[in-house]
Amino acid sequence: MNPFDEIAVEEAVRMKEKGLAEEVVAVSVGVAQAQETIRTALAIGADRGILLQTDSDLEPLAAAKALKALVDEEKPDLVIMGKQAIDGDNNAVGQMLAALLGWPQATFASKIEVSGKTAKVTREVDGGLQTLEVDLPAVITVDLRLNEPRYASLPNIMKAKKKPIDIRPLDSLGLDLKPRMKVVKVSEPPKRAGGIKVASAQELVAKLKTEAGVL
Amino acid sequence: MAVLLVADHDNANLNETTAKTLAAAVKISPEVDILVLGSGAKAVADQAAKLSGVRKVLLGDSPALGKAVAEAVEAAVLPLMANYDALVVPSTSAGKNFAPRVAAKLDVSQVSDVVDVLGPKTFTRPIYAGNALETVEASDAKLVITVRPTAFKPAPEGGSAAVESIAVAAPTGGARFVSEEVVKSDRPELGAAKIVVSGGRALGSAEEFKAVIEPLADKLGAAVGASRAAVDAGYAPNDYQVGQTGKVVAPDLYVAIGISGAIQHLAGMKDSKVIVAINKDADAPIFAIADYGLVADYKTAVPELMSALG
Repeated sequence: MNPFDEIAVEEAVRMKEKGLAEEVVAVSVGVAQAQETIRTALAIGADRGILLQTDSDLEPLAAAKALKALVDEEKPDLVIMGKQAIDGDNNAVGQMLAALLGWPQATFASKIEVSGKTAKVTREVDGGLQTLEVDLPAVITVDLRLNEPRYASLPNIMKAKKKPIDIRPLDSLGLDLKPRMKVVKVSEPPKRAGGIKVASAQELVAKLKTEAGVL
Repeated sequence: MAVLLVADHDNANLNETTAKTLAAAVKISPEVDILVLGSGAKAVADQAAKLSGVRKVLLGDSPALGKAVAEAVEAAVLPLMANYDALVVPSTSAGKNFAPRVAAKLDVSQVSDVVDVLGPKTFTRPIYAGNALETVEASDAKLVITVRPTAFKPAPEGGSAAVESIAVAAPTGGARFVSEEVVKSDRPELGAAKIVVSGGRALGSAEEFKAVIEPLADKLGAAVGASRAAVDAGYAPNDYQVGQTGKVVAPDLYVAIGISGAIQHLAGMKDSKVIVAINKDADAPIFAIADYGLVADYKTAVPELMSALG
């Protein structure tokens, strides 16, 4: 599981343990093997899973549309998810989902306090930390320092095998999920040539002044 | 083809990321307007008007946009997009926050973190933490693009565009700004600094990080950065983090102290002009990309470096 998503699952399960949530549903959009990822979420403590199965590689907009269809059906009070995938690195699905739903969002969360119909969320932003209050339902995307996910215990891994995962073909939703971008090429970035080792701080400063010209 | 660029600023000063993003925008089209959304942000609009290559500056000023939530920015930008073919935004934490909302409302894909513009609809962007570069061609009628500012040289001054005030509705859609903790520092801003000194897990404590990294940074007139490991351990605040999920920097000189060089860290600094690594582990991966490596304990190397710098 993407490390950000694992943190999101952990936070959701903690909300349930604190009595702030009644049920945690782990959902994914992707290939059949994504069931295993959902199973991991069930072992952490989610109650049930839904997989919208597809072999297509979805752009963030398509993923957001698929998730919106699930949210419309499940009507959760909170959607919590990782801030970005670690392959495409887009950092867009949560924000797109919030916009499509017309819900408020709190991205890059490092602290979440839910009370009644609102959530107070501390966010990691460029200049430091920002705190927002959002009305629920809302979409929250999580950053690395929100929590430290637990290791699933053996009994919980066994229990997770019995929890239900509802697998449906993504096509059955009848959404327009066509790619809007064509990948023209994928290339390797220019490699940095390894440099030299210097013997001392004095030599380093001399090199930076004369050879590199950066001091 | 007309491009709308949303400026990054703090209501008093235009962030340099805006001029860098402008350099990318003018490669898409010569018709670039800059939108300044803020509260009491006239000075920012005037700074934007001086950038070379700007057609005009739109100023949407409203108290609701002073500490604007993404919902408000989206609401202000969306109606303007009727007049533009592309929205271009710096991929700062604020830009990343609202741009996907606008894209979703326009029903278009977002091209994220663009590092090169090859044509009006063709862009290069990093994937897999910068281990690969993907060139994509967008087919949507309108484009939404976030630009990695460090990949572009700032557009110079020398323009004299008109500033036009526009009325903006900025409903906050159920989100409210509560507070912020922003550390004010005399050091240069991490994303724009010419020199960055970063510390890693080897520092061992917040006190040691402060005692070792900060004086060296100040001697060099540098910004302070940190590895994710150091931030996770609480040695440095989150806004110091350099890497795949933190800030991406590309200074003239990057000094990595006690940083092993995990892939996610390299993703945030490997485009620096000159990289220096100081680490006592000769096998640390950081040495593979460092121009100058010093295998030494930082405890002795940094004081020696301080005295060598005079």
